[in-house]
Amino acid sequence: MDLSTDYLGLHLAHPLMPGASPMADDLDAVRRLEDAGASAIVMRSLFEEQIEGEQLGAARHLFGHCESAEAATWFPDTDVFALGPDTYLEQIRAIRAAVHVPVIASLNGTTPGGWTGYAQLMEEAGASALELNLYDVPTNPDENAAAVESRLLEVVAQVRGHVALPLAVKLSPSFTALPHFVRALELAGVDGVVLFNRWYQPDIELESLEVRRTLHLSGPSELPLRLRWLAILSPFTGLSLAASGGVHAAPDAIKALMAGAHAVQMVAALLQRGPQHLGVVLGDLRTWLEEHEYASLQQLVGSMNLARCPDAAHYERGNYMALLQSWHTSPAWRT
Amino acid sequence: MAHTLDGSEAVASVAHRLSEVIAIYPITPASTMAELCDEWSSAGRANVWGQVPSVMEMQSEAGAAGTLHGALQAGSLATTFTASQGLLLMIPNLYKIAGELSACTIHVAARTLATHALSIFGDHSDVMACRQTGFAMLCSGSVQEAHDLAAIAHAASLEARLPFLHFFDGFRTSHEVHDVELLTDAQLLALVSADAIAAHRARALSSDRPVIRGTAQNPDTFFQAREAANAWYERCPGVVRDVMDRYAALTGRRYGLFDYTGHAQAERVIVLMGSGAGAASEMVDWLVERGEKVGLLQVRLYRPFDGAAFVAALPASTTSIAVLDRTKEPGAPADPLHLDVLMALHEALASRGAGGVRDDALAAGSGPRAMPRVVGGRYGLSSKEFTPAMVKAVFDELRESAPRNHFTLGIVDDVTHRSLPWDGELDIEAPDVTRAVFYGLGSDGTVGANKNTIKIVGDETALHAQGYFVYDSKKSGSTTVSHLRFSPRPIRSTYLVQRAGFIAVSQPQLVERLDVLQLAAPGAVFLLNTPHPADEVWATLPAEVAETIAERGLRFVVIDAHGVSVEVGLPGRVSTVMQGCFFALSGVLPRDQALAAARRAIEKTFRKRGEEVIRRNIAALELAEERMHEVAVPRPGAALHRRAPPVPVEAPEFVQRVTAQMIAGRGDLLPVSAFPVDGTWPSGTSRWEQRAIAREIPQWDSSICIQCNKCALVCPHAVIRPKVVAAADLAGAPEGFVTAPWKNAAHPDLLYTLQVAPDDCTGCGLCVAVCPAKDKSAPKHKAIDMAPVGPLRERQRAAWDFFRDHLPEGDRALARLDNKGSQLLQPLFEFSGACAGCGETPYLKLLSQLFGDRLMIANATGCSSIYGGNLPTTPWSTDRHGRGPAWANSLFEDNAEFGLGMRLALDANAARARTLLHRLAPRLPGVLVDGLLGADQAADAGIDEQRRRVVALRAQLQGLLPAGAPGAAHGSGAADTLDAAAARELLAAADHLVRHTVWIVGGDGWAYDIGFGGLDHLFSTTADVNVLVLDTEVYSNTGGQQSKATPIGAAAKFASAGRAVGKKDLGLLAMGYGHVYVASVALLARDAQTVQALLEAESHAGPSLVIAHSPCIAHGYDLSQSPVQQKLAVESGVWPVYRFDPRRLAAGEAPLKLESGPIRARVADYMKGEGRFRAVELRDKERYATLVAQAERHVLERRAFHEQLAGLRLSIAATAPGTPLRPDVPSPAAGS
Repeated sequence: MDLSTDYLGLHLAHPLMPGASPMADDLDAVRRLEDAGASAIVMRSLFEEQIEGEQLGAARHLFGHCESAEAATWFPDTDVFALGPDTYLEQIRAIRAAVHVPVIASLNGTTPGGWTGYAQLMEEAGASALELNLYDVPTNPDENAAAVESRLLEVVAQVRGHVALPLAVKLSPSFTALPHFVRALELAGVDGVVLFNRWYQPDIELESLEVRRTLHLSGPSELPLRLRWLAILSPFTGLSLAASGGVHAAPDAIKALMAGAHAVQMVAALLQRGPQHLGVVLGDLRTWLEEHEYASLQQLVGSMNLARCPDAAHYERGNYMALLQSWHTSPAWRT
Repeated sequence: MAHTLDGSEAVASVAHRLSEVIAIYPITPASTMAELCDEWSSAGRANVWGQVPSVMEMQSEAGAAGTLHGALQAGSLATTFTASQGLLLMIPNLYKIAGELSACTIHVAARTLATHALSIFGDHSDVMACRQTGFAMLCSGSVQEAHDLAAIAHAASLEARLPFLHFFDGFRTSHEVHDVELLTDAQLLALVSADAIAAHRARALSSDRPVIRGTAQNPDTFFQAREAANAWYERCPGVVRDVMDRYAALTGRRYGLFDYTGHAQAERVIVLMGSGAGAASEMVDWLVERGEKVGLLQVRLYRPFDGAAFVAALPASTTSIAVLDRTKEPGAPADPLHLDVLMALHEALASRGAGGVRDDALAAGSGPRAMPRVVGGRYGLSSKEFTPAMVKAVFDELRESAPRNHFTLGIVDDVTHRSLPWDGELDIEAPDVTRAVFYGLGSDGTVGANKNTIKIVGDETALHAQGYFVYDSKKSGSTTVSHLRFSPRPIRSTYLVQRAGFIAVSQPQLVERLDVLQLAAPGAVFLLNTPHPADEVWATLPAEVAETIAERGLRFVVIDAHGVSVEVGLPGRVSTVMQGCFFALSGVLPRDQALAAARRAIEKTFRKRGEEVIRRNIAALELAEERMHEVAVPRPGAALHRRAPPVPVEAPEFVQRVTAQMIAGRGDLLPVSAFPVDGTWPSGTSRWEQRAIAREIPQWDSSICIQCNKCALVCPHAVIRPKVVAAADLAGAPEGFVTAPWKNAAHPDLLYTLQVAPDDCTGCGLCVAVCPAKDKSAPKHKAIDMAPVGPLRERQRAAWDFFRDHLPEGDRALARLDNKGSQLLQPLFEFSGACAGCGETPYLKLLSQLFGDRLMIANATGCSSIYGGNLPTTPWSTDRHGRGPAWANSLFEDNAEFGLGMRLALDANAARARTLLHRLAPRLPGVLVDGLLGADQAADAGIDEQRRRVVALRAQLQGLLPAGAPGAAHGSGAADTLDAAAARELLAAADHLVRHTVWIVGGDGWAYDIGFGGLDHLFSTTADVNVLVLDTEVYSNTGGQQSKATPIGAAAKFASAGRAVGKKDLGLLAMGYGHVYVASVALLARDAQTVQALLEAESHAGPSLVIAHSPCIAHGYDLSQSPVQQKLAVESGVWPVYRFDPRRLAAGEAPLKLESGPIRARVADYMKGEGRFRAVELRDKERYATLVAQAERHVLERRAFHEQLAGLRLSIAATAPGTPLRPDVPSPAAGS
């Protein structure tokens, strides 16, 4: 069974890979993922704030303290000191040396700035491709949707300007006109989109009256959102598509591929079950395709997208209407 | 090619490249040399032989000297760096090293020795205390010379087979930034004799060819053996001269044992050594140009003093000599160099023609034929300015028929009238020397930016560049003054700029406090950072500034540098903006060239800081020119305000007369008569210095406040205080003075108020961080929030004055002494100059609240002695009775012993008073005597009662005095006379019947390292003393060098790669004695426990130790977050919290109570919040991971050990008297 797929211009043995997460921080874990069959390794994101914050924080706290007669500084000043992103670049090199599959580095930011220059350093460090995560939480009422998109496109253009690498953009589902934005990305020279990033969710501590940041790992319930937008984008875009979020087992992956994904990223399931789970899903995928007599993976990809599925209305408003009417109140309402 | 660096780096560059073993210990101003060597070795930089020198920090300078001695015995090329008292600690080993003729070089940034006061600044009193040790002594007078003579010292030492002490003036040379020619490795290799090194190694101790050294000798032999080394001393000057000649051939830079400059037929000659030669040579040239026959003889090889060579170096025409010493030897016939010169002249001239002088040294025609008149003078103690005008005063004096001898220079001595007057207006600098003065704050980077500017000009142009930096004594909001010179000729001006063509002020409030235009030359540029635009700024200026601008025709330029710094995302870092303006305005370089060079310098300087930092600094530089505006100068208007006086008019006379001048930066002008003769100063002067450095201060919302007093408890500067008052107390309160009903059911009628001292707050925000009271409808708003000070200042000033002066302080005899109640007591430690957010000072403030009225403090040198005792103003204050902490600092290393001495004296005093009382008992009421002798003074109430008894006793004693004394009764007979004498004595000693408490305070550098021996000894006694260790886990005061309290995984100076060994468990060592009370506390995490520990320690009738964990800026994070970090430190087990009270044994309890609570946080999470750990991770991730794992294990192991100790019981009941106590360890199942 030929499971190969083309993603971001990379020819991969199959579509399954670990998504951006701290898994790739550990070389041993990376090797185990490769052993489990991962077709590529996606590294965790290096954040705009991390790049700038690390530098500014170090400048402020390690090198910026009061000058006094007895001391101009409070820390040793050595040439071998490397700020955070440099260790990220070293990790790219280390992973490249450790595995044979492509290594996809990841940047995360939403405002144009010097941090986009790190794309070039990632390329120089040996990244096979770059995933740019546009993780944007708009809070400014004076900035309209067009301005948000324009800002994000400026970021994309800056990153694109720094590298010749294949470039994927990881998006959130919160766009007024996602297909239009994806087309703008395509025009900006992007090679693919990853659907979707997941927001860290705030929570409120009732006793201390403080807001805490929480992160819940994804569950399969998050898959349908991805399926819908993969299916909508798949017919018209020439970009590579990747599903990220909600894929826990082979059936999830198969659905994502059917909706149009060229690659399928997994994080939560691998964090919970270990790297070998990727091999299990891969085996199940192969078995399913064989049992269902597909000639190759390519036959499957996009087969259930908006243009090719039997009932497109279910990806559109019709689905919404039908669902609402299918809800029934719980027994609690009837007591 | 020129390199621009400071004297410390110039010396370290040689020392590191010519050494194999470097033993170090921090002490200002020598620390930088040690830090550089440590950093270089840590980064793998090799010496000229390709080997990375081994750098070892020791526990003291005595330890460093011992290590040096050992390394030399084993054949290494070894060095060390030190100054001041540190050098004195080395003296015993200096004798040994010299006595054994071991070759080595010690580099000393010469610093004042502590006498009536400590001073970190420069003079020769330390090195002069070593001239008897047998070390050769070589003195440098400039940054270039320090580099050159460092190399000459290393080379000459090996060839002469004598140890060398190479010294140069602390700060003036060690910290001056200057362009210098650096030696290449090849030049160093060519200079140092390989044969001499081989011989040095061949003399090493070796078990392959064993010898014995360090024998004990007896009257029969010691003397002769001591004389046996004479030949080496006689040979040494010649060796040095040879090396100097070789050096000249290698580098073109020529030095002599004594270097003369001036008129070839000079009649009047000044002799001195060190940096003063720069200023002196300038004046000599100036006078010679004007036809005067004057000269300067600079001493370089001071020991062995080659008298013949000295005399030969003088012009034959010399008729009078002034010898200038930079040290003071009270009681000596003259200061040391003066004596040496007299002796040299006497020997040379008295024996001339009698064969007493070596022919080779006295070439025909050189040196005076007849004994010149020789006078001596003293100058420059503690880096006192030494200017060409003062040199001229000396030459003028020498012209007198009877010039004054033993004079002083640079001060006004109106007591013993020894000082020479000088012309303060005389300025001989050439007009083509660009001179600029920058006023800034320690926190705004002004010094750093100016060092950069000097490097840019020094490294990239043909101009010579010099920078020197003056700091005030505060750590928070400290003022810096940068003095910059750029000249087409080499710069010899070893004194501050006296007339500047460019004055920059980086903080607008400085114009209100300092005469910033004092040094402005006519027509100079005055650049001011101010938020006010050019057309409005004039009205905001003090009239004094406006008048000077107009009178001197200054070009006045303003820029909102703070606004630019915010705009580019580097808020507060205004220095780069000011630097951009300097390049645009000063003309020292063509503008485009200057900016391009500045951009390159930023890229180079901030390369290690990352792209974003570079980008933002360049943006600041570029915006500077765009945003600065020239101000059209109108005639000064009458409406302008005058500067406020340095202290309020109600301040005491001494503060008005002396302290105020120092605050205003005019301390140099104070005459000798202004000063206490013995170093005794009044307490509590910090309240008179209103620095107004905070941009934001806390604002109280009484409607939300729960009156927990945590804000007051944590405030490092005692600027936020609560009081509980009656409504009647509020009569006369200023408008808007806020109170709230006191939340205390027992006193429904009392009111609570919380007040901020707006001019003393540093704006650290700790009070807001700990405030637990949040507004229910908007929890962002707390009972205290930080708010811009501008609109609040006037109202809060009035409120603070009323609060401080009119509302009664809490009554300590009635107060509940817990974390909350203690804060209603008056702090007797206030407004120190400690860093904003300091973690140490809240402990001291608490100590002063709990025991301040009976507190004696022995304070080790360190941060706490600097913010505790650095003039002009000091924070230890007094209560309304005039009682308060009595504070003294002896040294760094001896503090435990110092405090023990205090205790012994107090006990002796008390015993004497009690003896007198016993003796007079028949004449006194029995109840009173019994009460006085049997008083329970464990707590405040008992002490209060005893004080009342003492008052009653005094009244009774008056009655025992002979007739004539006020209120005295008549008496007769010998017994009466004796009783009267006893009564008189007891009157003076009666206060000793009241219990006084001794606290020995110091940092971890003292307690864990240099003072540990004394501390350990203290624990072995039964003396009732208390030790408070303010444990910041580094040597904070000297800039963050590691101590044995530094935890695993933390980067510190001398531990660049992160400390690999666990923190010493000082508490455990003290517990080992069994009778010592020991507590480990963390105020911001366990405040109630901290208060309890201090109370228990004080009440324990033996030695007590409280280890107070203290956040510090050397931990590398925003200290307003220190409550969070302390909590993590405690919850992760990194900072153990416990109390070990030997008294619990008697109750059958385990003496140790662990109070950290269960481990609820990860060590790694604690570590990731602080820059000191993060720095290690950034440097080496894998090593960091290993260190984190080790730290976690260390915490668990220590915790397990403490838990086992906490389970220990002693089976007292089963023990008969005299039977040794046996530990009884219950089984774990017993659940102890």
